Amino acid sequence: MEKAIHMNGIEKSYKNLHVLKGVTFEVEKGSIFALLGSNGAGKTTIVKILATLLKPDRGTAIVNSFDVAVQPDNVRQSISLTGQSAAVDEILTGRENLVMIARLRHLSNPHQIACDLLAQFDLSEAADRRVSTYSGGMRRRLDIAMSMVGDAPVIFLDEPTTGLDPQSRVAVWNTIRTRAEKGNTVFLTTQYLDEAEQLAGRIAILHEGRIIAHGILAELKKLFPPAKVEYVEKQLSLEEIFLAIVDKKEAM
Amino acid sequence: MNTLHHHYYFSDMGVMLGRSMRHIFRSMDTIITVTITPIAMLLLFVYVFGGAIQAGTDTYVNYILPGILLMAIASGVAYTSYRLFIDVQRGIFERFHSMPIVRSAALWGHVITSLVSNAISVAVIILVAFIIGFRSPGGILSWLAAAGILCLFTLALTWLAVIAGLSAKSVDGAGAFAYPLIFLPFISSAFVPTRTMVTAVRVFAEHQPVTPIVNSLRALLSGQPVGNDIFSALLWCVGILGAAYFFALWIYKKRV
Repeated sequence: MEKAIHMNGIEKSYKNLHVLKGVTFEVEKGSIFALLGSNGAGKTTIVKILATLLKPDRGTAIVNSFDVAVQPDNVRQSISLTGQSAAVDEILTGRENLVMIARLRHLSNPHQIACDLLAQFDLSEAADRRVSTYSGGMRRRLDIAMSMVGDAPVIFLDEPTTGLDPQSRVAVWNTIRTRAEKGNTVFLTTQYLDEAEQLAGRIAILHEGRIIAHGILAELKKLFPPAKVEYVEKQLSLEEIFLAIVDKKEAM
Repeated sequence: MNTLHHHYYFSDMGVMLGRSMRHIFRSMDTIITVTITPIAMLLLFVYVFGGAIQAGTDTYVNYILPGILLMAIASGVAYTSYRLFIDVQRGIFERFHSMPIVRSAALWGHVITSLVSNAISVAVIILVAFIIGFRSPGGILSWLAAAGILCLFTLALTWLAVIAGLSAKSVDGAGAFAYPLIFLPFISSAFVPTRTMVTAVRVFAEHQPVTPIVNSLRALLSGQPVGNDIFSALLWCVGILGAAYFFALWIYKKRV
């Protein structure tokens, strides 16, 4: 199987803080890969190294068969990045944000591309309003839409659903699945086990600067003691109740 | 590797410039501060203080216009550093830097925007000065020379603003560097001749950059010979520009 990302022995320190202590993993082309870890585990540092924003102290990183240290321009051609904070321009409208990114990617029909993505991310109505009037969920959707401009083969999403309401969260998940079905590789970081479970073919757990577990969900589950069977009354989670009510309303 | 994107240089810069210009025209307070405040100062000094100040010229507006223009530019670049700070904070710079575009385009977009927006406010202030009686016997060459000096001064201050914008820890900090610059014209030959000041202040006034720049602009616009002032004016501008440019790039390389 062809690899979209290959990281080998990456180390990175900030002053005295040794954040990454030799990180090695591979991501297959066209798959969804989740990097799971608690706050401060070094997930964002890994994303920044793969997106050519940070230079590692040691080790190699290959994205779409280009070395991030040697061919950063080719890597940037191959990727799109959605960082942790919504990197949108507040003073421009949603449409202008998308047109700007399409122009910077030197695409031939920026207005059509913007229109399509606005529709796809349910932002058509708010398209010509300034982003400063958007809600947190709308901002995040625009942010992710901006990363979809140009259809980069490798998509990085750094905690894409942190701070989103359940509906937006599901919408983002659907987008991620659609992209992977089209053959794009999706690399996402998350703090939530259920998100990794929902989406990812392969999961890696980053802890104290090292990958401590790596594999498909079934393999990871084997690492834990076998499940005991207990009978517990099924309680609906608040999220399930919320979604059920909202779906009912929309159906009416 | 750079040749890969070379022919996109101007198109990338154009997109960045268009973006920042939209920012300027959509935040009215920027336009008000950069243009209205110096105009108010101009009116205040001409119609309120001007009668009492014996500056040795027929029309006081001719005398103070250069200093007012420098103040406008100094307050204009505060917004350059503010906009830069916001871009770095919000992660927009990270998005740009992870894209296949000319790396320095994001930074140069802000620099060119600073030049264009300051040129607009300078033009508006000169227009108001004309309406209230400013006249210049200087020819086209003198005006071009004056425009050149203002351009150099703007560039020098803009690169100082880049340093402030990239290294500031808070929004307030990003703009704060401009306050001393805005007040520098008061302790110079901008409003009153330096010979009227007490000795210690006079020594400072005569050895700071604003005095030779103001004197050169005033001489050019009134059709007088510029003398040695033009050399120290150019030396100050080019010196500050060079030092600020290299320091700003050093910080930029460290940050991205």
